[in-house]
Amino acid sequence: MLLQVTGLSKSHAGAAGPVAVLRAVDLAMEAGETVALTGESGSGKSTLLHLIGGLDVPDAGRILLDGQDIGAMDDAGRAALRRGTVGVVFQQFNLIPSLRVAANLEFQARLAGRLDPAQLDGLIDALGLRAHLHKYPEQLSGGQQQRVAIARTLAARPRLVLADEPTGNLDEATAANVLEALLTLVAQTGAGLMMVTHSSALAAHMGRRLHLRAGCLT
Amino acid sequence: MTGPGLIALAAHWRRNPLQLFTLVAGLALATALWSGVQAVNMEARASYDAAAATVGEGRFDQLLPRVGDTIAQTQFIALRRAGWQVGPVLEGRIATAGGSLRIVGLDPLTSPGGMGPANRDGAVDLTRMLTDPPLFANAEVARRLEGLGGMTVVVTPDVAANTAITDIGHAQRLLDRPGAISRLIVARDQPLGRPPLEQIAPDLVVQPAQAGGDIGRLTDSFHLNLTAFGLLSFAVGIFIVHGAIGLAFEQRRGMVRTLRALGMPLRRLMALMMAELTVLAFVAGGIGMVLGYAIAGLLLPDVAATLEGLYGADIANTLRLRPEWWVSGMAIAFLGTALAAGGSLARISAMPLLETARAGSMVRGRRTRLALAGAAGLAVAGAGAAVWGQGMIMGFAVLACLLLGAALLLPPALETMLRAFQRRASGAKWQWFWADTRLQLPGLSLALMALLLAMAANVGVSTMVSSFRATFTAFLDQRLAAELYVTADTPSQAAALQAFVAPRAREVLPLLSVPRRMAGNEAELHGIRVGPTYRENWRFLAGDSALWDRVADGTAVIVNEQLARRAGLWLGDPLAVAPGLSLPIAGIFGDYGNPVGQAIVSDALFADLFPDRRATRFGLRTDDPDALRRDLTEVFGLDAGRIVDQAAIKSFSLGVFERTFTVTAALNVLTLAVAGFAILMSLLTLSAMRVPQLAPAWALGLTRRELGRLEVIRAMVLAAFTAAAALPLGLALAWMLLAVVNVAAFGWRLPMFLFPADYARLGLLTVLAALLAALWPAVRLARTPPEALLRVFAHER
Ligand SMILES: Nc1ncnc2c1ncn2[C@@H]1O[C@H](COP(=O)(O)OP(=O)(O)O)[C@@H](O)[C@H]1O
Ligand SMILES: [Mg+2]
Repeated sequence: MLLQVTGLSKSHAGAAGPVAVLRAVDLAMEAGETVALTGESGSGKSTLLHLIGGLDVPDAGRILLDGQDIGAMDDAGRAALRRGTVGVVFQQFNLIPSLRVAANLEFQARLAGRLDPAQLDGLIDALGLRAHLHKYPEQLSGGQQQRVAIARTLAARPRLVLADEPTGNLDEATAANVLEALLTLVAQTGAGLMMVTHSSALAAHMGRRLHLRAGCLT
Repeated sequence: MTGPGLIALAAHWRRNPLQLFTLVAGLALATALWSGVQAVNMEARASYDAAAATVGEGRFDQLLPRVGDTIAQTQFIALRRAGWQVGPVLEGRIATAGGSLRIVGLDPLTSPGGMGPANRDGAVDLTRMLTDPPLFANAEVARRLEGLGGMTVVVTPDVAANTAITDIGHAQRLLDRPGAISRLIVARDQPLGRPPLEQIAPDLVVQPAQAGGDIGRLTDSFHLNLTAFGLLSFAVGIFIVHGAIGLAFEQRRGMVRTLRALGMPLRRLMALMMAELTVLAFVAGGIGMVLGYAIAGLLLPDVAATLEGLYGADIANTLRLRPEWWVSGMAIAFLGTALAAGGSLARISAMPLLETARAGSMVRGRRTRLALAGAAGLAVAGAGAAVWGQGMIMGFAVLACLLLGAALLLPPALETMLRAFQRRASGAKWQWFWADTRLQLPGLSLALMALLLAMAANVGVSTMVSSFRATFTAFLDQRLAAELYVTADTPSQAAALQAFVAPRAREVLPLLSVPRRMAGNEAELHGIRVGPTYRENWRFLAGDSALWDRVADGTAVIVNEQLARRAGLWLGDPLAVAPGLSLPIAGIFGDYGNPVGQAIVSDALFADLFPDRRATRFGLRTDDPDALRRDLTEVFGLDAGRIVDQAAIKSFSLGVFERTFTVTAALNVLTLAVAGFAILMSLLTLSAMRVPQLAPAWALGLTRRELGRLEVIRAMVLAAFTAAAALPLGLALAWMLLAVVNVAAFGWRLPMFLFPADYARLGLLTVLAALLAALWPAVRLARTPPEALLRVFAHER
């Protein structure tokens, strides 16, 4: 079992007291599985992803990732988790503005201490990034930036890739390209993939589909 | 149209209170440091003027009793009858609650200077002077006098500190010395053919007016340093203001564009912005003046003590608020605002209504080119000034070019260095650290320039002061070789004294001098007795080993550096020491702090040239100074002031220097603090933009605590680089001050010493200032809630 979530609850501060976003969510995922997470805007998809990725802390519940209990970790432990075990791709602004594309690509893998230049080279070609290695993020288009972010995540070879609408800002054709690359590469590395998306067409490419409504998964 | 425009402009400050605070605080600090130093300078100058205006402070020749301290009334009357234009003075001290006061009694009718400073404002009403004479004194002294009761005091600000002036008759009653006169002042214009002094009053001697010029000139070097420091602190403050205004205007470009698109004419908008800046300058200037007054109040006691110790100047210990000080302080606040805002205003006025965004890297490249071009221009201007300029103006012009050019070069230099570090960094984290530091550089460069200037000024001035101290100590050892210095009251007492000490002292060194014009300069001719003391202790800037023999023979003269430089003379050149006698210059000696040229011949030659001059001062070499001092006190009844031992003079002089350092150190700390403040403000301003830059690194596995720590390290690294760059700049500054400005201003050159321990301490202080400045922003960053970081990636953004 790659991921086991039980009774996960989280509320955010609202204008009139805390607002429950997740209510006792249960979820399990095997290694190599691909899951599409759908739900209305504001239903808590990002919140769930952030909790699994060790970016935020739950109010209640347990998250076992690769046998590790995220709830028991301190700030440093969660940072180590983000370096080594999970990889998160956000909808935008994934890249470090001060570093060139080449340095951005290596960054996470080097932090995790497992950079494989040959593998990264393969990713660069697979995602068509070779021409952009010397550019700064601000000089890339949105689609190019997302491809760099995906290549960076995969170069670190995480056990679980969490993608929060990675293609939300892209046109349809580019979105399909990026998703295909992502699926192929995830399959190659044997990692699990959980992806938030609004698009039924994209969700159809995934192994399983989960829907979030009123704080519960259906 | 004006109303909504103003509302829109003010809204920016309401939403960015930190920026407003930075702007006002920077300007207030700049004004405070400048006006604080100015207040001290003005107070000191006013005190010199008051001292010079108080009669008998050296502007006129005076007649003194050969013996004792009183002149008989009859002698005064005899001199007046013979046509001598002299005025009587009685001086004495009375005790008050706040310490003793000097009472100067003058005769308003016969004194050449009248009632001195009290003459002004028509305060002296002659009939009143004769019936109910008041005392004239400054406000502080007046308060003390009123404590005694029964005195009519007229407050006259220009009377010297610790002094009260009154009619001589009144003074005689006050001091309980009826009919007594201490000295007579000799008016400059005297009738021709009056009988000589020896004929009418043989018991009186003439003390010539001070040849060395007024005390103001002596202390010029001190005030010059203070002024230079004030100006530098001001420049540092203006860097902060420039940064704050630049940022505010940059951020308001969008609003300006909208306002113009809505129909607000550019000209009206510019006028509104200038009005806004004027109000800010007025407020900040006012705050700065109050702060400056406080700073001056803190500095003044030390400055006063220094000046009194160094030059014997009596400086008032309380500040007065002078209108010219207010005007100059507010003027500098407005000037600073104009300097800081000029570029921003020009850019806004030149901004096209439909502006296309430029890429950040292109702007960065253009800025570097501009800085390099500016630095090159300044280098050319500085070199031009060095080649074609003259004296002090040249020195300051080169200094200004040097400092500004170095400040402009700092960001490109730092960028180059950071790039090299990034290339060499191992590990993703450090590579990112250096890259991210480069990204921060434009936002920090103004603060770093301010730090560079502050640190360079610190290095420069502390080198100068410490070099001065080192030189001065060595100089004191050389010049104060004798163990005891004795001053006799009269030539006859001097003769007896000489006979008395001859068998008791190892060497007796008579000290003779006469003011003379030599080689077109006001100078002094001294006579000394060449002997082991001089041969062993004196060091020369130029001269051969046989020079003492030639001086002793009366075939050569030695001169101080001041005289040599002013007259354009050097070794071997002839100098006319007396009518009909020219001697070659055999040696040139350093004579630090002395404004007057000096030439020295043997005492034998001096006696031939000026037979009527007799030595009354002697240096005594002895192995047992205490015993000799006791004997002299017993036999001749000399009071403590007439026998001074060398150790006392040295420790006193060095004590004075230490107090000078207190002032310098206080100013040093203040400028560094201002630079630290600049860094703090820049970091706080940047921290708003930091979150999006740091969020990706955090999401990829760096903890917030680690990010905060890196922020602190970044500030310290930048400060350390800047300090390293400031060291050579500061040394260049010191060299210019010592070798060019000082020579041009005062005619002598100070040797430069290096003080590595001081520099290390300063560097540490600089890095510490950066650490302190970075601490708060870093802690804030480390405490950023994850939600704030996650919001960066949210699509609602
Ligand atoms: N930091 C936060 N503070 C307060 N409310 C938040 C915060 N983050 C998310 N929310 C709220 O929680 C709910 C779920 O948000 P999110 O997980 O981003 O939804 P989704 O990604 O499904 O659109 C929304 O109503 C959102 O407004
Ligand atoms: Mg979302």
